[in-house]
Amino acid sequence: MTNPPIATLSPIPGGQLVGHHRVAVPTTAANLALHVATLQQQGFRLALVAGLDDRDALRAVYLCTATEPDRRVELHLSIDRGDPTVPTLAGLSFPAGRFEREMHDLYGIVPIDHPLPRRLVRHRHWPSGWYPMRHDAHPAPKFGETGGPFPFLTVEGTGVYEIPVGPVHAGIIEPGHFRFSVVGETILKLKARLWYVHKGIEKLFEQRELPAGLPLAERISGDSAVGHTLAYARAVEDAMNLEVPVEARRMRAILLELERLYNHIGDVGALCNDVGHGILNAHALRIRETLLRINKETTGHRLLRGGIVLGGAVLRRVPDPARLAAIGADIRDVVQLALGNSLVAERFTATAVLTAQQARDLGTVGYVARASGLDVDARRDHPDGVLTDQGLRLADLLTVPTHATGDVMARFQQRAAEIEASLVVLDTLVRAVVPGAIGGWPAASHQHLAGPGSAGVGIVEGWRGTIVHRVEIGAARRLSRNKVVDPSFFNWPALPVALAGTIVADFPLVNKSFNLSYAGNDL
Amino acid sequence: MNGPALAAIAAQLVVTVAGAPLLVGLMRQVRARLEGRAGAGVGQPWRDLRKLLRRPPVTPRGTGWAFRLAPLLLVGSALVLAAIAPLVTVASPLDALADLFAVVGLLALGTVTLALAALDTGTAFGGMGASREITVLALVEPTILVAGFALSARVGSTNLAAIVTATLHDPLRVASPASLLAAAALLIVVIAETGRLPVDNPDTHLELTMIHEAMILEYAGSDLALVELAAAMRLTIMLGLLASLFVPWGIAGASLVALPLAVVIFVAKVAALGAGLGAVEVFVAKLRLFRVPELLAGSFVLALLAVASSFFLA
Repeated sequence: MTNPPIATLSPIPGGQLVGHHRVAVPTTAANLALHVATLQQQGFRLALVAGLDDRDALRAVYLCTATEPDRRVELHLSIDRGDPTVPTLAGLSFPAGRFEREMHDLYGIVPIDHPLPRRLVRHRHWPSGWYPMRHDAHPAPKFGETGGPFPFLTVEGTGVYEIPVGPVHAGIIEPGHFRFSVVGETILKLKARLWYVHKGIEKLFEQRELPAGLPLAERISGDSAVGHTLAYARAVEDAMNLEVPVEARRMRAILLELERLYNHIGDVGALCNDVGHGILNAHALRIRETLLRINKETTGHRLLRGGIVLGGAVLRRVPDPARLAAIGADIRDVVQLALGNSLVAERFTATAVLTAQQARDLGTVGYVARASGLDVDARRDHPDGVLTDQGLRLADLLTVPTHATGDVMARFQQRAAEIEASLVVLDTLVRAVVPGAIGGWPAASHQHLAGPGSAGVGIVEGWRGTIVHRVEIGAARRLSRNKVVDPSFFNWPALPVALAGTIVADFPLVNKSFNLSYAGNDL
Repeated sequence: MNGPALAAIAAQLVVTVAGAPLLVGLMRQVRARLEGRAGAGVGQPWRDLRKLLRRPPVTPRGTGWAFRLAPLLLVGSALVLAAIAPLVTVASPLDALADLFAVVGLLALGTVTLALAALDTGTAFGGMGASREITVLALVEPTILVAGFALSARVGSTNLAAIVTATLHDPLRVASPASLLAAAALLIVVIAETGRLPVDNPDTHLELTMIHEAMILEYAGSDLALVELAAAMRLTIMLGLLASLFVPWGIAGASLVALPLAVVIFVAKVAALGAGLGAVEVFVAKLRLFRVPELLAGSFVLALLAVASSFFLA
């Protein structure tokens, strides 16, 4: 892979080319905000903020990405261990403020003048002064009621009451606590409290052998096994400067679209079910089951685990294009029936609107952003090289649909349109792939691989949105750090914004239309 | 009270109590089959009830008499309704009690009792469910009364047995505009009052969308069994009344001979209505909560038209 000249990649001077289209720029606390503002003006978005522990000092890495051409600029800020502070970027970027709170909780790096300096990841019963991601953090101390109350903002006024829901819910779903402030049936404010399933996954990545990171990445969020594994694999390959064969790239593209298909059709059915139209859910589940069985034939696992390996991919069988076309027709039927039912259409339309401005300001990604009119898709914006020796790119096969209205209807139709787009991609790719194992680890070119101290970034458009992993390789080619960003981290704050003014009884429907991951968010 | 009369009352009670869970099971089974699922079988609600009845009730801390009394009152009012309503016979000595106002009052008593119990729990869901249920009730009761007037105006009595008997003697009444409009209005309110789609979704686990289910979230064990049984009985009684008012043929008179046949016909009519409702539920979605008053207002207009036409077109 060839990189363009450094000047076209980074608007900030002083950088060094460190990976695929990626420039690292050292920065200082005084310059950080200026640099990020410059990048934002050039159309960069903040994709990831990672805290790191270099033992003698702490470090923060701000990864900004831009499109056309694919550009990735990371700002490295060294932080004094004795006085771990960073200037806050919350005024420049909403996601930055949340990344900073996360960094505060896990590394003890304090954002100065943060407008909302409350805990995010660690709930109140976590002991204060214990930062689990630091290298010298002792094992988890006993949890207790140490930190005092962890209050919610109370909405006051005549007739305002609170409805607490969760973290244990009536259905089999992940845990999250929702606090509604309501007048009558209208939601004034919703506060979602997450991180009940914080598992310390990023800590578990530390000191792993590189291939041993794959099974962990597959389990970050069960429904995004391919997305997260591919992001991890790309990050490692970027760090090790390992070229992936074109056949393996095609296989990976197939796996990614198969994952999108089974999740999107599941959501289509679940949205119908949440307005009480159970029969369409029954059919959607039938189609989903067919797809899961195809998944099992393809990789040996219904959730497509095992298909992606470092440096390559493994397919046991390739899905039959005729079968996929039949599934496509089946899905089209279900979608048409849903949209043709006036009650269903009425429930979906104008419910929980997320405007394009809100979607942009909050930094949303994936179908949530596209349903609000933002034309973003990492498959096109951050491509991973050509798919054939003739130079076929994924972007040549792919159309990126968007919708303008940002309501539940738009998010429903967005999924339907993305299914169509995926089927077009799959139809071409499955004809150009034969089963087998391509590439792999350790690669034949092992001696050419970059050594310890290198870092890599993997960007993948998972079915839910843009997944980013950033790895750093330490001694003996073991992981010293993997920072994971699930699209849900960006999209969760959009849910309460879209819900303001809708009624309580519509919450489950709206929640399903976002369908965010708790596991991927909580890590 | 003579033998045949007692037998008739006993028959109504037994059929309603034993058959109500089966009706719920039938509706679920119809729905399951139409959705391509195997379904749990018609007997599943009874199996659930048996399981629940063996378990002791759990009373949340801080609840008072309203919470504890509600299941008994609910079942009690449903039993009284099952005894007096003209379901299987129009010659029961209790028929004199089956006044339109008494029946509506008994139905409302059950609903209000449950709403009070839900408020008594002090939980957000209980309050939310109660507020929604009372909203529905406030819109349903006038419709039942007005639709009832449309039927009673020509008979000159608000006694349900008298209305049914009059219809038996003059079958063409059923096809009159007043009767058809009233039937449509009553069908809608029955759906609303019994918490079926498109007003409420009895199968949902989404606590924020519930109406009836939100009120009974805190009940457990035998208390829950009573509440579930009462809900099923109310559904059976309402469908049975609907059948008696608009398709009365086959209902027994004073003689004991016709009673077994009347029971069979009653079961068949209610089962057909239930299966029909279950089948329709497959094809409709749940209304947005704020659209429910519009639907019920529509049913009230139908009832009003029924009254008007019973005067002007009679």
